Amino acid sequence: MTEESPIKLLNDLVKGQTARIHDFTEENDTCARLEEMGVTPGEEISVVRYAPLGDPIEIRVRGYNLSLRKEEADLIQVTEI
Amino acid sequence: MSDTSRPNAGPTIQTIALAGNPNSGKTTLFNAFTKLRQKVGNYAGVTVEKKTGTLVLAGNRVVNVVDLPGTYSLAVRSPDERIAREVLTGRSGDTTRPDLVICVVDAGNLERNLYLVSQIQDLGLPMIIALNMMDEVQRQGKEIDVAQLSAVLGVPVIPMVANQNRGIEELKALIAQGVEATYTRRWRMAPDLEEQAQHIVRLLVEHEGFEESEAFSEAISILSVGRKIEKSDDPADRFFKEELIHQINAIQDRLRKMGLRARSAAVEARYAWIKQVLRDVVKDHRPDQQNITDRIDAFVTHKIFGWLFFGGIMGTMFFMIFTIATYPMDWIDAGFGWLSGIVADALPAGLLADLLVNGIIAGVGGVVIFLPQILILFFFIGLLQDTGYMARAAFIMDRVMSKVGLHGKSFIPLLSSCACAIPGIMAARTIESNKDRLVTILVAPMMSCSARLPVYIIMIAVLIPDATALQKSGIMILMYLLGTAGVGIMAFVFKRTLLKSQQPIFILELPPYRMPSLKTILLQMWERSRIFLKRAGTVILLMSIVLWFLMSFPRHQDLPPHEALKHSYAGSIGSTMEPVIKPLGYDWRIGIGLIGSFAAREVFVSTMSIVFNVSEEADAGILRDEFRQARWPDGRPLFTPLVCIGLMVFFVFAMQCISTIAVVYRETGGWLWPTFQLMYMTSLAYVAAFLVYQVGRMMGFS
Ligand SMILES: Nc1nc2c(ncn2[C@@H]2O[C@H](COP(=O)(O)OP(=O)(O)OP(=O)(O)O)[C@@H](O)[C@H]2O)c(=O)[nH]1
Ligand SMILES: [Mg+2]
Repeated sequence: MTEESPIKLLNDLVKGQTARIHDFTEENDTCARLEEMGVTPGEEISVVRYAPLGDPIEIRVRGYNLSLRKEEADLIQVTEI
Repeated sequence: MSDTSRPNAGPTIQTIALAGNPNSGKTTLFNAFTKLRQKVGNYAGVTVEKKTGTLVLAGNRVVNVVDLPGTYSLAVRSPDERIAREVLTGRSGDTTRPDLVICVVDAGNLERNLYLVSQIQDLGLPMIIALNMMDEVQRQGKEIDVAQLSAVLGVPVIPMVANQNRGIEELKALIAQGVEATYTRRWRMAPDLEEQAQHIVRLLVEHEGFEESEAFSEAISILSVGRKIEKSDDPADRFFKEELIHQINAIQDRLRKMGLRARSAAVEARYAWIKQVLRDVVKDHRPDQQNITDRIDAFVTHKIFGWLFFGGIMGTMFFMIFTIATYPMDWIDAGFGWLSGIVADALPAGLLADLLVNGIIAGVGGVVIFLPQILILFFFIGLLQDTGYMARAAFIMDRVMSKVGLHGKSFIPLLSSCACAIPGIMAARTIESNKDRLVTILVAPMMSCSARLPVYIIMIAVLIPDATALQKSGIMILMYLLGTAGVGIMAFVFKRTLLKSQQPIFILELPPYRMPSLKTILLQMWERSRIFLKRAGTVILLMSIVLWFLMSFPRHQDLPPHEALKHSYAGSIGSTMEPVIKPLGYDWRIGIGLIGSFAAREVFVSTMSIVFNVSEEADAGILRDEFRQARWPDGRPLFTPLVCIGLMVFFVFAMQCISTIAVVYRETGGWLWPTFQLMYMTSLAYVAAFLVYQVGRMMGFS
């Protein structure tokens, strides 16, 4: 992992951007569920698009597409690659 | 791979469970196995309860098959996950522990699918992997080394395309042959964690009588709770012996002090192992191609075109319901008219002829006539689900839904409720949070279901006798919108008062688009219409007879029909009710209709056919004319525009459906919520109809 690059939130990424998952901002059931679905630290994640009203967002992780609300996306910290 | 010519390689299999991620094709395989017709759809969470059937192997050997709801994990966080876990661990009351698990795996999505496979392997059951959707993998230009995959996992892997019946025979042959669990766990956590996990395993085996394999799976889920365990009803805290709880909490503490993240350690270890496995197994020959799904999504989730498309689909659906459907409706109508003509001619005039013609044929015919519209509705819903568009609709609608505290996932239950609240309420099971699920269940019956169509249609016909298809769909869409507004407002109120909780989480998979299968859609339409017709043949038939009886007795043959009805049992019930419903502009005859429709909304129409003695032919046109001619005793017309609108509004909000009450009882596990729901919806309906009538009159309408 590239330690130098700054930690951002998934929401800070623009459409089409790919980053590496760093960690979660807190520990709760939602994070546990996301991790089990493959959103684990070290893995690549990209923002595919935002919904027409700006929320939720569509992400791509481990080769499949998933939709999350911004609050949930705010739980995910990423580093740029 | 002949199965009868040689002795079985493994133990004889009696019960098979089909497990796997949502939307991996389990039900498709289940249907192919059992020749049953469970619902499939390109949307995560189609199956929400376990379904059982039987598979007949060569030599007439019969095996039980259990179709499980799809889950991403065996951690218990929602009702469908609990079902899957209970069946697989043999703790489910009515199914024995399976002696074979078929893990249905979406080959196009191996990485995430194998996570669940690895969890199921912890349970130590014999396993076969059904590597489904191989057609999509090929189309994407990927290659999977099946032999290698089978070798590293230690279980047989059968590549297949379930919806084209490819691979089914191979799978059956393997089942007949028998399979044994010979795999071992290959993934490892950090040594410290492994040690603590083993410690918990020992505790479980010694103190709780767990079997070795199950104890490990249990130990991992205890570790992954990552917090102190307390005595409670929480399914995560299944432990009751104080002593054990103490020791486990001590272990959790120790891990925390060591700075180890117990919660995610197992998750990460499994995924790391899977990555490594897949490095050798999957070859992607065209990694950079933009797929079709992406291109379609760019359009259907576009800021402008997305909404146009969404509105267009909904508009087309309703328009079709009012144009195309009228032709077969006329045929059905003519059919029933012909039938009652024959019966009336064949039988001497009297009680029996009256029961058959005015009771049964008029009652049942008045409902069956709506079959074509229901078919069209289900055709559209089936199409949207089978292509995968439904998940996109949830995606673009989520923001709107979240305004009232609902969930994009509530969109599917609510949209399904447009067809019928029963599948809608059951679909709410995919919502993780209990309170959010309950809110969805409470408001879902307010979406205008197909059983309301008959009422709307007849009322619109009375309101505007020669309405164009456009006018009809316009009013209809208004009614749907009114119901939807009711859903929004009540959800908002419930979320703020009774069922206060945080914003729900919204994690929804967006599956790739798939060609819809005409067979699947037709089967679903057939299933639905079968249920509808069954209702016409049972509940509605029975209600028609009961109502006919109430309306024909006590006999007053000397009186003219109108007076005789007034003095019948039904007439007296209606008259008793009249003071209550008079403020809505209804008389005792409409009162009878309302009582009848407590069983099911569409009974309103058949009841009214009987009340107004529309006997000769069960013709909607004639009923309409009768309605228009109906008068109060003082000569004022009964069905004024305000009454028609008020009645439609009443039906928008009123619960009026015994089957829905029954399903809410089952889904919420008690009488509290269905009772509450019935009361609040009826009050809402009353108040709304009251306002329409009274405010309308104050404004000078009639
Ligand atoms: N291309 C392709 N599509 C398939 C195949 N098998 C099933 N499908 C489709 O995949 C979708 C999901 O199938 P289901 O059988 O409903 O999946 P499930 O695993 O029961 O899903 P849940 O009940 O939600 O857990 C449907 O649209 C099927 O028609 C296959 O081998 N290839
Ligand atoms: Mg299913």
